[in-house]
Amino acid sequence: MRDLTDRALDTAESLGATYADVRIVRRREESIAVKTGRVEGVAMGETEGFGIRVIVDGAWGFASSDRLEAAEVDRVAGLAVRIAKASATALRRPVQLDDRPPAHGHYETPVKEDPFEVPLETKINDLVTADRRAAAVKGVVFTESLYAAQREWKTFAASDGSFTEQVITHIGTGLEANAIEGDEHQRRSYPDAGGGFRAAGYEFIREVDLGTHAEAYGEEAVALLSAPQCPPGRTTIVLDPSQLYLQVHESCGHPTELDRVYGTEASYAGTSFLTTDKLESGFRYGSDLITIVADATAQGGMGTFGWDDEGTEAQAVPLIQNGILVGYLSSRETAPRIGRRSGGAMRADGWNRIPLIRMTNVNLLPVPGQTLDEIVADTDDGLYLASNRSWSIDDRRLNFQFATEVAYEIKGGKKGRLLKNPTYTGITYEFWRSCDAVADESDWVMLGTPNCGKGEPGQVGHVGHGVSGARFRNVQVGVGKW
Amino acid sequence: MVSGAGADPAADALRLAEDVVGRAMRAGASEAEALVIADDSSLTRFANSEIHQNVAESSQTVNLRFVSGRRIACLSTGRHDDDGLRLLVERAAVVVRNVEELEDWAGLPKPDGASAVHPAATWSAATADATPELRADGVRAVISAADEAAVIAYGSFSTGTGAVAVANSVGIRAAEQRASSQLVTVSMSPEGGTGYAEMVALDASTIDAAAIGREAASKARATDKAVSLPPDDYPVVLDEYAVVDITDYLGYLGFSALAVQEGRSFVEIGKRIGSELVTVVDDGADPAGLPMSFDYEGVPKQRVTMVERGVCRGVVYDAQTAAREGRRSTGHGLPAPNPYGPFPFNTVMAAGTTSREELLGGLDRGLLVTRFHYTNTVHPKLMIITGMTRDGTFLVEDGRIVGPVRNLRFTQSYLDALAGVSAVGSSRKTIKGFLGGAVVPAVRIDAWTFTGATEH
Repeated sequence: MRDLTDRALDTAESLGATYADVRIVRRREESIAVKTGRVEGVAMGETEGFGIRVIVDGAWGFASSDRLEAAEVDRVAGLAVRIAKASATALRRPVQLDDRPPAHGHYETPVKEDPFEVPLETKINDLVTADRRAAAVKGVVFTESLYAAQREWKTFAASDGSFTEQVITHIGTGLEANAIEGDEHQRRSYPDAGGGFRAAGYEFIREVDLGTHAEAYGEEAVALLSAPQCPPGRTTIVLDPSQLYLQVHESCGHPTELDRVYGTEASYAGTSFLTTDKLESGFRYGSDLITIVADATAQGGMGTFGWDDEGTEAQAVPLIQNGILVGYLSSRETAPRIGRRSGGAMRADGWNRIPLIRMTNVNLLPVPGQTLDEIVADTDDGLYLASNRSWSIDDRRLNFQFATEVAYEIKGGKKGRLLKNPTYTGITYEFWRSCDAVADESDWVMLGTPNCGKGEPGQVGHVGHGVSGARFRNVQVGVGKW
Repeated sequence: MVSGAGADPAADALRLAEDVVGRAMRAGASEAEALVIADDSSLTRFANSEIHQNVAESSQTVNLRFVSGRRIACLSTGRHDDDGLRLLVERAAVVVRNVEELEDWAGLPKPDGASAVHPAATWSAATADATPELRADGVRAVISAADEAAVIAYGSFSTGTGAVAVANSVGIRAAEQRASSQLVTVSMSPEGGTGYAEMVALDASTIDAAAIGREAASKARATDKAVSLPPDDYPVVLDEYAVVDITDYLGYLGFSALAVQEGRSFVEIGKRIGSELVTVVDDGADPAGLPMSFDYEGVPKQRVTMVERGVCRGVVYDAQTAAREGRRSTGHGLPAPNPYGPFPFNTVMAAGTTSREELLGGLDRGLLVTRFHYTNTVHPKLMIITGMTRDGTFLVEDGRIVGPVRNLRFTQSYLDALAGVSAVGSSRKTIKGFLGGAVVPAVRIDAWTFTGATEH
């Protein structure tokens, strides 16, 4: 490896690069898809390649290839330099990087039970058994269950002398029960929509224990078919962690990405209302209860690593402190523009993609005092919303609308009847300012998503979110015509 | 050039596919299919009127469907050296022993003499020859147009070529080179206006970057100082950039045979879902789109009429969903494994007879919407979608644009919208859809339900 990384860096520098880095990434993936009790597919994939990133004349260039050969390294380094020179013809602000120290070392995701060593038969059996329990529920039309594991071996080297090696393992599983009657299609997912994912080994699959929960979720999907429609109005809502994590993701994670703030995603996903003047003015993002940290050191999160993909060490970066905007997800290029060093959030989707600012583990910290059950008990009238069904937010991350799979009516401090097709909507900072309760440590759980999209060409990110559940007042629910 | 390819990347990819099929059969498969996708793509991205990202990628992926009786294993690899392919086949042979039988497995698709592959015009030498300098030239043209209007330009210019080849053990042989290019830009003015323009073409040299830049820049200026409008039901004219979202969701939620077989689709053949003015087909040979001759199972693409004058006429099939109904695939299979089912890649909506002026002229008081942003499904069978307007929303009174309005959220049944189509534009644009190129006109719709507002 070292021969190839040295060659890439030497070639790039000899062709005029003032900075260069190279990542060699091997990725192994395995997934199992089960539909209505039978295996639909077992997929295994492996990919390996390298990407070279250079700065020439103050401009970025990047090129990649899947052929790990010396001649190809020379060609790709040359192409990256040529691309950077083309970039320099339309440049207004030459790239300047922060002065982080060179990175050295080795990191591995802690894994108790290596998922790639667990017999395939065991993994299939665990998944099929659970899926069949949900599928056996009367009224369930079809079920879908998944298992997925991914391991990446990443070698990073840069012209400042950095050299790191990492082995990152992610794993996940989930089950979805679908009930259909006439025009009504209802589903319930466990542990949450799209599955639960962690940086861990097969021990996480055993912990999730799909089989124990499968039947109850199937029954609830069927019950939703005859549940009343969630009525429109303004009310109190309590968000279960299975929905709250996505609220954090969309309305805090993305708008605090500093590249988005500076407009580099403007033509695709949009910009951000959290402009840097709001950092200087101490913008009130949420109520005093809201403290959100981007923590790449958090145990089990899919945003946990040793170094990001430009060699910045993993760290915990406060984003919102007691409701006030205090920081951003940042890179070596963007952080100096707010007078800081990179927060270590540059991540690339494999060897053939350039690193972008991505979420690490963007966590809403728990607040001592009340469990989630105690928050419900303390609520006279409202809705308890769980498990995401759809999400949408405007191009500056202000107006959002979410649908959840299920709402439970709260009356007199107790969860009652089911309501179907619940939706809620709001403006990000108004919503977070309306939060008057966050559950304590006992309900805090690390969730996350393996399909966060960003960038062009498109990149899929694995990010984590630790949350515990929270209550929000005077929220618009039941949107649209039904 | 495709990575590792000779003079004919499609033939190279097909040889590789055949090699993998042969290896699988020798390893004991009863049937085998190999899909090779070779990709050589580049993208130049710009923001704040400068290039900030410029990337190139060469890759080649081999997908193997290894069948043993009714047991199927799907594996893929990015390695195409001898060791990589050997490992791929060895692992497949192990995996397939651990998989249960698919009771209704109908076998891999066979070649059909009556519908042999008819090569579509899928290739462009100009796109293959596109350089970083050509893309930078295009970006500078967009930026110049933005500078002239005193707005800031953001966007991307991508060019890509590749080869797709499919071989299977029962006779399928299909291979072709494909190309596409796309220039997208958003202009932003200091007064808060934003505008969007996009062009998609097989041939990168036909992309008129300056025109795209001018379209977005002028729209950005036209949306300066937008005012708030209360969310309510309004008649709308949707520009082509917005209409593609409707045709995308038609394919995603409705016109897949698997969605119908599982009962999650709203489609019933013969059921009216749109006004008489709505006709939507999938046509991989339409030169206005991004043509493709065959799907990812190597089956020739058939032209499928999904909606004819508002009535559901047909859905798209892959080999497995077709076999369940005793019919042939229409050539809409995705790479295996594919729990989601077949998909229309090349959606084409028929043009109408109404000029753009007449589309707007039909609005007494309504909105002109340039495009939608971040749409998502609220209710699949009712096709209720939520999303935002973006980059150019205007109030129209007495058939004339009276000024820009701030962006609005909608929560709208796209089925109700199709039923309310009262006019269809006479010209169309080619736009990147979910999975391919879509060709769509602008439309006027009698009522659109806006349910929220934002601050810009």
